[in-house]
Amino acid sequence: MLELAGVSKRVGNEDHIRDVSLQLERGSMNVLLGPTLSGKTSLMRLMAGLDKPTRGDILLDGVSVLGIPVQKRRVAMVYQQFINYPTLTIYENIASPLRVARLAAADIDKKVRHAADLLRLTEFLDKRPAELSGGQQQRTAIARALVKESQLVLLDEPLANLDYKLREELRQELPRIFAELGAILVYASTEPSEALLLGGNTATLHQGRVTQFGATIDVFQQPVDLVTARTFSDPPLNTAPVSKRGAELRLDRFVIPLSAAQAAMPDANYTLGLRPWHLTLEGSADCTVEGQVKVTEITGSETYIHLHVADQPWVSLTHGIRHLDVDTSQLLHFSPENIYLFDETGHLVMAPRSPVPVSKALLAEQAWQK
Amino acid sequence: MAKITLNNIAHSYDGGNSYALKAMSHEWNDGGAYALLGPSGCGKTTLLNIISGLLQPSEGQLLFDDVDVSSLPTEQRNIAQVFQFPVLYDTMTVADNLAFPLRNRRGPDKLSAAEIDHRVQQAISMLGLEALAGRKARGLSADDKQKISLGRGLVRTDVNAILFDEPLTVIDPHLKWQLRTQLKQIHRQFGHTMIYVTHDQTEALTFADKVVVMLAGEVVQMGTPQELFDAPQHTFVGKFIGSPGMNVLPCELAGKEAVIDDRRIALAREYPTLNGVIELGIRPEFVRLVNSGQGLPVQIVSVEDVGRHRIVRAQLNKHRLDIIVPAHQPVPSEPGVEFDSDRINIYQNSQLVGWEHQL
Amino acid sequence: MKPWNNKAWFFVLPVLLLVAFSAIIPLMTVVNYSVQDSFGNNEFYWVGLEWFQEVLASERFHNSLMRNLLFSGIILLIEIPLGIAVALAMPRRGWGVSVCLVLMALPLLIPWNVVGTIWQVFARVDIGLLGHTLAALGVDYNYTQDTFDAWVTLIAMDVWHWTSLVVLLCYSGLVSIPDAYYQAARIDGASRWAVFRYIQLPKMRRVLVIAVLLRFMDSFMIYTEPFVVTGGGPGNATTFLSIDLVQMAIGQFDLGPAAAMSLIYFLIILVISWVFYTVMTQQDNDSVTDGRQGGGQ
Repeated sequence: MLELAGVSKRVGNEDHIRDVSLQLERGSMNVLLGPTLSGKTSLMRLMAGLDKPTRGDILLDGVSVLGIPVQKRRVAMVYQQFINYPTLTIYENIASPLRVARLAAADIDKKVRHAADLLRLTEFLDKRPAELSGGQQQRTAIARALVKESQLVLLDEPLANLDYKLREELRQELPRIFAELGAILVYASTEPSEALLLGGNTATLHQGRVTQFGATIDVFQQPVDLVTARTFSDPPLNTAPVSKRGAELRLDRFVIPLSAAQAAMPDANYTLGLRPWHLTLEGSADCTVEGQVKVTEITGSETYIHLHVADQPWVSLTHGIRHLDVDTSQLLHFSPENIYLFDETGHLVMAPRSPVPVSKALLAEQAWQK
Repeated sequence: MAKITLNNIAHSYDGGNSYALKAMSHEWNDGGAYALLGPSGCGKTTLLNIISGLLQPSEGQLLFDDVDVSSLPTEQRNIAQVFQFPVLYDTMTVADNLAFPLRNRRGPDKLSAAEIDHRVQQAISMLGLEALAGRKARGLSADDKQKISLGRGLVRTDVNAILFDEPLTVIDPHLKWQLRTQLKQIHRQFGHTMIYVTHDQTEALTFADKVVVMLAGEVVQMGTPQELFDAPQHTFVGKFIGSPGMNVLPCELAGKEAVIDDRRIALAREYPTLNGVIELGIRPEFVRLVNSGQGLPVQIVSVEDVGRHRIVRAQLNKHRLDIIVPAHQPVPSEPGVEFDSDRINIYQNSQLVGWEHQL
Repeated sequence: MKPWNNKAWFFVLPVLLLVAFSAIIPLMTVVNYSVQDSFGNNEFYWVGLEWFQEVLASERFHNSLMRNLLFSGIILLIEIPLGIAVALAMPRRGWGVSVCLVLMALPLLIPWNVVGTIWQVFARVDIGLLGHTLAALGVDYNYTQDTFDAWVTLIAMDVWHWTSLVVLLCYSGLVSIPDAYYQAARIDGASRWAVFRYIQLPKMRRVLVIAVLLRFMDSFMIYTEPFVVTGGGPGNATTFLSIDLVQMAIGQFDLGPAAAMSLIYFLIILVISWVFYTVMTQQDNDSVTDGRQGGGQ
């Protein structure tokens, strides 16, 4: 287990990492999710031992690793850029960490071929990186991380420079590839959808602070505060200030009736949050707001409708192809059971009911989820 | 703004041994928003550079409003282009960066200082750059720089076309949404002809009226987002559009049914006898997960909960099958699947079998 | 917390010792000489800052210093623009690149005294290719007798010898500019001058700082070449500080004033280099702090 205990990193006058405490289990996939400059790479460098924290301790299986130089830790890192040795063949690129470790030639050969097989590189082993596509080059870098048999594998936006479809493909394979290693996987990403597809655990980062850490889907469904909810939303979360009086929420000039449980909350000002797919054009739901249509975007089977509701930019994701006239008024509906409410300090006070969990039997098959 | 006509345009980087772009003829409407979509190396950037004049096509003509511009240099084509990475003049202020392409206009197109100022102000407010206008471009964040690069493309209102070369690649997801919708608003407001190159299907579909899907130097399909989703002309388009993409399963045809490994699937219509490789295409959205005993039995490999819905990765005999299941629907442990007959496409040698084959 | 890696100090140690022996100890010796006088017999007595006052007040020193400043100024005015121009004219890709790079590097590979000898012969009126040709063309040229000719010869020699360094530095700055910048400029309809002013020059600035510093320091300390070519003449026309210094120390054996002069010389170079560096990187620092404030965390 890798434990970060109250880790901070200060460079000059800037706090890059602020008081981060995390516990990452062996064999788990951990996503660091946050926008550019939120501290993902800084945190990874601290985990790897490339940087030393200003405060706090980093422990591996209960033992501090702060004094141990990076070469002596069993750490592998894959970067956004495809980093390979340009003059070496793919085979030698993958074998390089094993050569450094002075393994027997037969062992090296076995491990390299196994990794190449997992990453579908077997037919390219004699080529050089420049002859390969971007996807294959990144596979090579990943294979090199794999053969090292590290305890800690750090993937810093490894798919960001790849084509969308290649990304999808490799993203699905990555957890499977590293599963047999039993290593601690850490994966930095700016994209909420990527975190969701990877599953495992997610830590959301905001200005160098970890705002929440837990099972990915739980963080998504039950964000502890508004900052986390915003960080973990793509398309963006619709928000608006509301005030609660008895069994009603007032959003600008609209009134939202509340359930008995919701009505029991104290009367106060809140921030309402609503996922775009819970805001629809069909009139079946209980609450109605009116917005000015700004743009519609078609995705093929669905439509994103961008509107202004109570002066806030909102998005609705609606089934079917809709061409709405711009600057016209449009009625939108949602169900009160799908709303998030955050109090004035930004903390979550109410979340939508969570969907039925995937049965345990199914989760067991996802080996990398422990 | 102009209509753009490609007349047998083709390009080879090696003197005709191989073609990065195979001969194509298209007509793109004045004021249209087009996306060139495809994987790396499909020729989309080559095509863009031919339109902007950074590259001379080895064959064919390029016409703006029926005027042959094939031999005109870039600066005389009156186009704007936004690149993948921000390209700014570091030593100029943000406002000067925006004004620069306008100040370079000479002869009859020369703009007055007042007019330049007006347009720059317009672009600044359009993109919400007021706070940065007087700052030097050097030292701004990547997001801001790319916003300004977009502004440099949009500041010229009289251009024949605005070209975008994967402009949102380096942008964080939240700003991506904002910039994309701003681009759409600007397009609607000013009616520029816009051509947008990307490998990201979401960007292509949401931005464009017409998406041009390219593969290996050829246009595989050009159509509206809906056409690409409902009736992909090629299995490649089916897989490339949508996440996850279309399931493509080898099958045989028997009257109004498709047969996959002895299992029969009802079709919406009857097909004639077809030769070659026959495949059935169905989008994960149109596969229903049902309780065991019903439909075709499948084994579940993994389930990805993406919040809105779940993506179930399953195995139908030897074939992989992706299924999208609504968030609140339970996933049975020994499920079967049913296909929505109306949404099944049949492919012959990877090409869609169209309605003209109906009996 | 214990240091990250103690071994690192171990590797640095030899260099520290080397610097101590080769620079600091001799420098201390010079400081020692500059505040004492001697009448031989190894007897020294304290004179304080007397030598410094004497040197600073002497016309001989002023004249040499002016020559140095004039020489460095002319050198920078010629070599920097010429270097930029040649770098701009060099091909960016293809076989021409390596040919140009090798040609450019050639003068840099020749030892200083050889360069001096080459030019000394090259410019001779009786047998030198340059001198003889000029004489044959009717130009009244003789660098051993005419002050102006001597200066022209020295400047031509330095330009020939060192412009390639500026070229190579500028070239490295130019090739690092991504193609997209040039493409954007074409699309913007930017003139050739605008491309230079707003794209190439800003991207070359960092290397230009290095080029200016190197060329200033080198030309300000020039010794071997004028010593070989003109020997400081005709008269004192090309007696730079360095030549003057050697004459004073070794020719006249005035160790005290020579030591004081060399320290003043050293300080002048230090101060001017610092001024160059500060001025040329000023804008850089401004924009960096700017970026911190605005660019967020």
